[in-house]
Amino acid sequence: MNTACGAQAFNCIPVHLSEIPVLSLALFREHVVRRVAENGRLVSLFGSPCGSGVRLYAVLGTADSGGFTVLAADPGDRYPALTPDCAQASWFEREIAEQWGIRPDGHPWLKPLRFHRSWRAGHDAWGRGPGEPIEPSVTEFYRVEGEEVHEVAVGPVHAGIIEPGHFRFQCHGENVMHLEISLGYQHRGIERRLTGEPSPRIMHYLEALAGDTSIGHGLAYCQGMEALTRTPVSFRAEEIRGIALELERLANHAGDLGALSGDVGYLPTASFCGRLRGDLLNITALACGNRFGRGWLRPGGVAWDLTPDLLGQMLDRLDRTSRDLNGALELLFNSPSVMARFEETGALTPALCQELGLVGVAARACNVGRDVRFERPAGIYRFVSIPLTTWPTGDVFARAQVRRGEIRQSTHFIRQRLEELSEGSACTAPARRPVADSLVISLVEGWRGEICHAIITGADGRIARYKVVDPSFHNWMGLALALRGQQISDFPLCNKSFNLSYCGFDL
Amino acid sequence: MIGALLARLSQGYRTLKYPEETPPLSGRYRGLPQFDGTRCPADCTVCSGACPTGAITRSEGKTRLDLGTCLFCGQCAAACPEHALTFSREHRMAVRQRDGLVLDGAGPFPHAAALEPGLRRLLGRSLRLREVSAGGCNACEADTNVLSTISYDLARFGIQFVASPRHADGLLVTGPVTRNMETALMKTYEAIPEPNVVIAAGACAISGGMFSGHDEVVRGVGELLPVDLFVPGCPPHPLTILDGLLRLIGRVR
Repeated sequence: MNTACGAQAFNCIPVHLSEIPVLSLALFREHVVRRVAENGRLVSLFGSPCGSGVRLYAVLGTADSGGFTVLAADPGDRYPALTPDCAQASWFEREIAEQWGIRPDGHPWLKPLRFHRSWRAGHDAWGRGPGEPIEPSVTEFYRVEGEEVHEVAVGPVHAGIIEPGHFRFQCHGENVMHLEISLGYQHRGIERRLTGEPSPRIMHYLEALAGDTSIGHGLAYCQGMEALTRTPVSFRAEEIRGIALELERLANHAGDLGALSGDVGYLPTASFCGRLRGDLLNITALACGNRFGRGWLRPGGVAWDLTPDLLGQMLDRLDRTSRDLNGALELLFNSPSVMARFEETGALTPALCQELGLVGVAARACNVGRDVRFERPAGIYRFVSIPLTTWPTGDVFARAQVRRGEIRQSTHFIRQRLEELSEGSACTAPARRPVADSLVISLVEGWRGEICHAIITGADGRIARYKVVDPSFHNWMGLALALRGQQISDFPLCNKSFNLSYCGFDL
Repeated sequence: MIGALLARLSQGYRTLKYPEETPPLSGRYRGLPQFDGTRCPADCTVCSGACPTGAITRSEGKTRLDLGTCLFCGQCAAACPEHALTFSREHRMAVRQRDGLVLDGAGPFPHAAALEPGLRRLLGRSLRLREVSAGGCNACEADTNVLSTISYDLARFGIQFVASPRHADGLLVTGPVTRNMETALMKTYEAIPEPNVVIAAGACAISGGMFSGHDEVVRGVGELLPVDLFVPGCPPHPLTILDGLLRLIGRVR
């Protein structure tokens, strides 16, 4: 459907590019700003090559329709920034500036995001020459001045076995006034290699985009390509993918709750969950040979079907693991000293969540019912719904509570699927080429939150632009703001309660 | 308190008896590949064509498989018309020399030998490592982290991951080493006192893995530093990493 103010799109339903209206910059800006202000959300905003220039696409999620509105505009080499009137656009516009060398005029904090060269030779938003070195985090940082103010810099190499990132705190005594997060250390250049002649590595790139979300990103790719090639997927395959996705959620939520427990010094649950997370990963390994689900999915279905014997083994392991997991969590949530540390730490308000466009666990912990499985379902979730878990307080406790609730729901979902798995084939090979000149938005609710892959095909049916938005892209700013007014010693706890991806952001 | 004790009782004792006993791995686990080159028709290149990272080469009628680039995806084995190539369930794959990872189907696998006796005397019964993720996707990191959980209990072997490079005897690197992490990696290395053992864990750290050829990454840590232990996999199974570490300190031979 093409209306004057945008094309209507749905999860995994391709839209022909000619249906997407190309608005004047003024109108584009006005629509995006107004719709986001009216309880909408910027799901994605990106540039895509068009002729000799770059076209901007905005994907707006509206709360009521279950779909999206897609708008486009041609910005030339500069355009008036959306950010001053739409905070959600801030990192998207920094990304557009860095990737394409297009300058959003009036952006209040226009810095590189990932510290790489522009994809368009001769177009650099900061006017840097081709020989000029680009070093990560070598840039200006927001600073609070004053005699008693001090700055704390952490990273890129952190104390534990974690991915690299740089955190800059502005502190007054123990209190954090501001935290700025600077990433890009993990940039491997995946996104631009997903376009053009299909690479034999493409599925591997997607599975390693954020290696703890192999199923989430892998599924977003498969769904998108199936939509573009009009490949039917059997109900059985959809169910198995649902099992894979929920197992990934279970393992990570269990690990996160254990890590939260460890961060407040409560060791019993921390040790139990460390083991239980591994046992959950081993259920995935049972199904496909790899603990992270590498190689389990493929466009058209799944590469590894589940035999009756495996179904029984998985069910048995799930029962035993979830019994132990419930015990470990019972202990955690019944410890007043733990609850005292979780409650009112790193709290965000629903209004702030809305303004920033947070997704996933962080949003649901602010009482915002945002969940792709519920709002914009695809695959198995079109037929089997998982109840939404929310909590109203927005603090570390709420994020822990949402995870605990989701563990219960996902376990129930997996058990049902394992018990009643439909008959059918596990995979249909995509026979056709992707439809030409189209855009498909593929959304998956990964364990961190909304994964968005926007795929645009060219006239030859090849991928002309592949835009990935990991949930972390929306949520890093949420972590930064959750730290305001907190003690700096609570940073590890707050950070773990979000547990965002570095490489998923850095691409 | 009584609740914690009861929970502990119901969770049970969970530490694996490794290396004395190996826990059962998934029947679909893809471990050390094995191939019988005599079954390969002279001009067949199906396996090398199926490999996404170019880990398999065929020249002069010989097949070579580089475990340092292999993602263990199994596409080569699935494609092989002669069933000459299979993935075994052998998880022990760590080696000391880079070329030990290049399999040609002949001879025994060169499992990693222990560090030199002088070095082992210096380290005593402890090995402290600093981990640096340099473009790793968090899978190698997660399966390294898991070694410190009660299942593997790495500390019982005297091995520990430490926060400060100043407290470390060596470095364990994951990821292909992104250009943006090159400086931080080198600074961490320089902050570690001698002997400064270097371990490359995972295909990315060994060769760049699936990112080899990207100008955003260096082709693994070997391009920058001398490597003492190579642990293949994408990601390596925790037991593969543990086996490598235990061989390095002479606990397993």
